[in-house]
Amino acid sequence: MLPILEVKDLCMDFGGLRALDHINLEVFSDQIVALIGPNGAGKTTFFNCVTGIYEPTHGDILVLSRDDGQRKRINGLKPNKITELGLARTFQNIRLFPNMTVLENVMIGRHTRTRSWIFGALFRDKKTVQEEQETVEVSYNILKKLQLEKYVNEIASNLPYGAQRRLEIARALAAEPSLLLLDEPAAGMNPKETKQLEELILQIKEQERVSILLIEHDMKLVMNISEMVYVVEYGRLLAKGSPREIKEDERVIKAYLGEDHDA
Amino acid sequence: MKGFIRSLQVALWFMFLTFPIMVIKVDIVEKTVQWRWMNLVYVGIGSFVLSFVWRFLMEKKNKGIKAREESRDEKLSFIQKILTEPRYNRPLFLGLLLFVLVFPWMFSTYQTNIMISALLYVVLGLGLNIVVGLAGLLDLGYVAFYAVGAYAYALLNYHFHLGFWTVLPIGGLLAAIFGILLGIPVLRLRGDYLAIVTLGFGEIIRLVLENWDEFSFGPSGISNIPRPGFFGLHLTVEQATIYIYYLVVIMSLITIFVVNRLQNSRLGRAWLALREDEIACEAMGIDRMKTKLAAFALGATWAGFAGVIFAAKTTFINPASFTFMESAIILSIVVLGGMGSIPGVILAAFLMILLPEYLRAFSQYRMLLFGASMVLVMVFRPQGLIPNVRRKYLYGQKQGVR
Repeated sequence: MLPILEVKDLCMDFGGLRALDHINLEVFSDQIVALIGPNGAGKTTFFNCVTGIYEPTHGDILVLSRDDGQRKRINGLKPNKITELGLARTFQNIRLFPNMTVLENVMIGRHTRTRSWIFGALFRDKKTVQEEQETVEVSYNILKKLQLEKYVNEIASNLPYGAQRRLEIARALAAEPSLLLLDEPAAGMNPKETKQLEELILQIKEQERVSILLIEHDMKLVMNISEMVYVVEYGRLLAKGSPREIKEDERVIKAYLGEDHDA
Repeated sequence: MKGFIRSLQVALWFMFLTFPIMVIKVDIVEKTVQWRWMNLVYVGIGSFVLSFVWRFLMEKKNKGIKAREESRDEKLSFIQKILTEPRYNRPLFLGLLLFVLVFPWMFSTYQTNIMISALLYVVLGLGLNIVVGLAGLLDLGYVAFYAVGAYAYALLNYHFHLGFWTVLPIGGLLAAIFGILLGIPVLRLRGDYLAIVTLGFGEIIRLVLENWDEFSFGPSGISNIPRPGFFGLHLTVEQATIYIYYLVVIMSLITIFVVNRLQNSRLGRAWLALREDEIACEAMGIDRMKTKLAAFALGATWAGFAGVIFAAKTTFINPASFTFMESAIILSIVVLGGMGSIPGVILAAFLMILLPEYLRAFSQYRMLLFGASMVLVMVFRPQGLIPNVRRKYLYGQKQGVR
């Protein structure tokens, strides 16, 4: 079976600095894959390459299209094209549309799933009205799933922090992605919230039949939910394996705790 | 007591600052110097009192912010409540519409003419509102599209004798095409850079019109542009004014209708999202270029329409009507009214155009008042006179979309 996302030999240079150095990674359907590594290892750069914000210097990123099942090379495609293929992401530092309502935020996520344009907006033909109605309903149902329905008409920036994080996931889910990329979803959460997030991610995976690739620093969360863990350090792939293997890997322990750790 | 000393300081400072211009008057003919000490006293007392008022207002404003933070749920202002509640807004709108309809029969041609230009600015303001208010693209050269519309009518009429009604759609279309042509290279830029480039574009269009004599007849402009025809009937100046008045009223209503529909559509949401966060917007699958171009083209279209009507109304145009000042006024209308807010823009357009007309007695202080009022609005109502209210959706039932 083909992986939903396959990254081959990915390199990313910023001037003379090689931020990513021959990274290989695969995500199969219904899989939760984690990407971990110390600060500055290149995890977010990797995300930005995959989602089209940066154009990688070298290598291939292949995505199984959500609609026609064809594999496509997405290097250098614009972010919106990549989202159309079925990749949706959240951001490390929350990037909601702060002055729009919660529901509108999710409705924006439906953009790739709807078609109406100037004509539809002006004349509100039957198709457009139907589409709008569907957008509202689908968005509302997603909010309900993520327990955000009590905030529907609130302005997004007024939400508590944890809810904003969830809203970002809701917005990404609205695009009906086949792969969801979460950039440090548990950042800034307390242990209780992290536990809830853990359940939420598992529940999303089950219900929405979506694969998940996540960057995370919270090791407990990573080890509990992921099936495959990739470790990067200084832009290089250090190790890959099941959570158990990674936990016992000498090099990973070294990278995280330093050379002199023995006592 | 502390306040008293502060105000005293302010008064002294202002007396010092205005001393050279308000007190000393040099008469070069008689070679004498007049010392107008009374002015110094007036400035002192004036700034002393005003600083008290200012402090009082600032305190009130801060209290208001604190109260809003504590209650957390948004409180709609009085005006917003009236506008959103159908119980109040229906009669209000009907009353306004009635007033607008009977206006030319109640007042003189002069008043009607002022009203026409105010309504033209409503159309322009709402058009720019699409670009600046909704899509968040700071366009300082909007007047260029206005000029495109006006010259389209004037030139097509001069060379090919095309009538008003034929040129009206052509003018809009031409402006839209100009919007797209300008947009393609320019819309890669953001924020300040975009503002500078559009400012330049506005000036380029004006300079071309001023200097390319064979094409646009230069600074002397084009005169004898016919007024819009009315089924071939000959109209006197008064009748034509009333006719154009109704035309502009209809045009404004269409603009309001269209902008309202655009704002509450998939495209409108995409514009808002673009204004809020471009990167997140692209990550959600919105084509940045296409969406921005749509905003630019649709915004320009209204300027094109308004331009055609303007040319038909004044029957004479020259490049002097399309200076940066016009762009600035239209932009102030949008900012003053509230970004993205249709009632706000309408109100601001009337204030900005009608007040200077009716305050001709103070015309010397026009720019001073203009600047002062802008500062006051920015300090006390940074969201504009009537801030935009986010639409609330009903869900789960069939009336999901209103």
